[in-house]
Amino acid sequence: MGEHTVASFDEDLEQISQLIRDMGDLARSMVSGSTRALLNSDNALAQRVVSDDAIMDARQRELDDRAITLIAKRQPMANDLRAVVGSIRMAGDLERIGDLAKNIAKRVGTLGLSVTPRDLSHSIDAMAQLVLIQVQGVIEEYAARDAEALAKLRADDERIDVKYTSVFRELLTYMMEDPRNITACTHLLFCAKNLERIGDHVTNIAENAYYVLTGTQLPANRPKQDETAMSAPAA
Amino acid sequence: MNIMTEQSLENAVGDKMNAKSNEVIKMRGDKVGVFYGDKQALFDVNLDVRLNQVTALIGPSGCGKSTFLRCLNRMNDTIDSARVTGKITLDEEDIYDKNIDVVELRARVGMVFQKPNPFPKSIYENVAYGPRIHGLAKRKADMDQIVEQSLKKAAIWNEVKDRLQEPGTGLSGGQQQRLCIARAIAVSPEVILMDEPCSALDPIATARVEELIDELRQNYTIVIVTHSMQQAARVSQRTAMFHLGYLVEEGATDKMFTNPDDKRTQDYITGRFG
Repeated sequence: MGEHTVASFDEDLEQISQLIRDMGDLARSMVSGSTRALLNSDNALAQRVVSDDAIMDARQRELDDRAITLIAKRQPMANDLRAVVGSIRMAGDLERIGDLAKNIAKRVGTLGLSVTPRDLSHSIDAMAQLVLIQVQGVIEEYAARDAEALAKLRADDERIDVKYTSVFRELLTYMMEDPRNITACTHLLFCAKNLERIGDHVTNIAENAYYVLTGTQLPANRPKQDETAMSAPAA
Repeated sequence: MNIMTEQSLENAVGDKMNAKSNEVIKMRGDKVGVFYGDKQALFDVNLDVRLNQVTALIGPSGCGKSTFLRCLNRMNDTIDSARVTGKITLDEEDIYDKNIDVVELRARVGMVFQKPNPFPKSIYENVAYGPRIHGLAKRKADMDQIVEQSLKKAAIWNEVKDRLQEPGTGLSGGQQQRLCIARAIAVSPEVILMDEPCSALDPIATARVEELIDELRQNYTIVIVTHSMQQAARVSQRTAMFHLGYLVEEGATDKMFTNPDDKRTQDYITGRFG
């Protein structure tokens, strides 16, 4: 893509795209930090994730300001318009990912006191790995401007949904085995749900990024596989 | 709450589909070329102008968009060195045919220019002049009605109804432009050509003219040349992009301004040209 006749237009766009990259990096580090804190009962790390969320919020406000000002000043068209509007929406999803990571981090203190969660959280560990791959992937593929990879990444969210269903069943089994597990498992269930929601926000980001890059929308329906709403574990 | 029933939704969708299939080509340019002396200004332009739609012609200065516009009512005839090749039809009739009466053609295909250019006559006479020379009104009462209707359609009646005998040149720029639009409408044209009609107007006068264009579309077919990308995006349904005398891309306005196919269009509308 060539440069604008007005050079400061390019600078304005670059600042917005830099903010998205920053927010993406921060989201990645918050998701990874919160799950490590959860699995290792690391309170210090959890605290850092909680305080990072304030930085995430500030970045989003800055991006909103810059995007609104750019639209008012430059009236962007075509790919520029898509990039600016897409950035506003992606920033919203990244900010939500930050919130969800913070929520996981806040449960670390509570969990640490109840039982050793390590035994109960193996499958959450596996789920967290899947989510991290997705978060990392969406940031990298957008930076690489690879629309096809983004479309594939969006479809891959299904794996997280499947994993969530199995975590849900597993935790329910632990609770039935020993009611003393209920508090810890409930917290872990919330964490799993948060991870699943993070996956959904990654999906949104991938859809937005795809639109920014190609100007066309991905088809609306994507295979969905959260079965927890419908079925109880085998009795 | 206004909730559409399934039936009414189906009807609405059906209407939309019908409207689409009923898109009538009002004017058609077929391999249109224009020469000014030896210099060719326009090359092989194929462009359809659809009935009751606003078609915007955009492109950098010297791209041929005004030249093309001026072909549509043979305004280029007034330039001695200009020569037009190819074919242009109005309702499938060749407008460059020997048997075409150019004066009548220009009544059917009216024009509004960049700078408002009212005659140095009264507001009333500015509007009445066209209908009079075309013999459209037999009695004074008929003429009064044509003038009033035209000024109303051009959304300026309320501002001038009490001073119809004052000179048209005494109006503000925006009012003058709407008076010129009333003058164009007065002879009941089928197509209205507008060559940057808002470039000499302030934002409020521009908004009024844009609002007017949208209303006029119900009854007329409009072709507009504009340098304002936002204006093209706001007022038109179809957009044609010209560059160096060639038609680069033509399509639905919504798509042209969010996701154009041609890189030159993309570069021009995003401000990357040159």
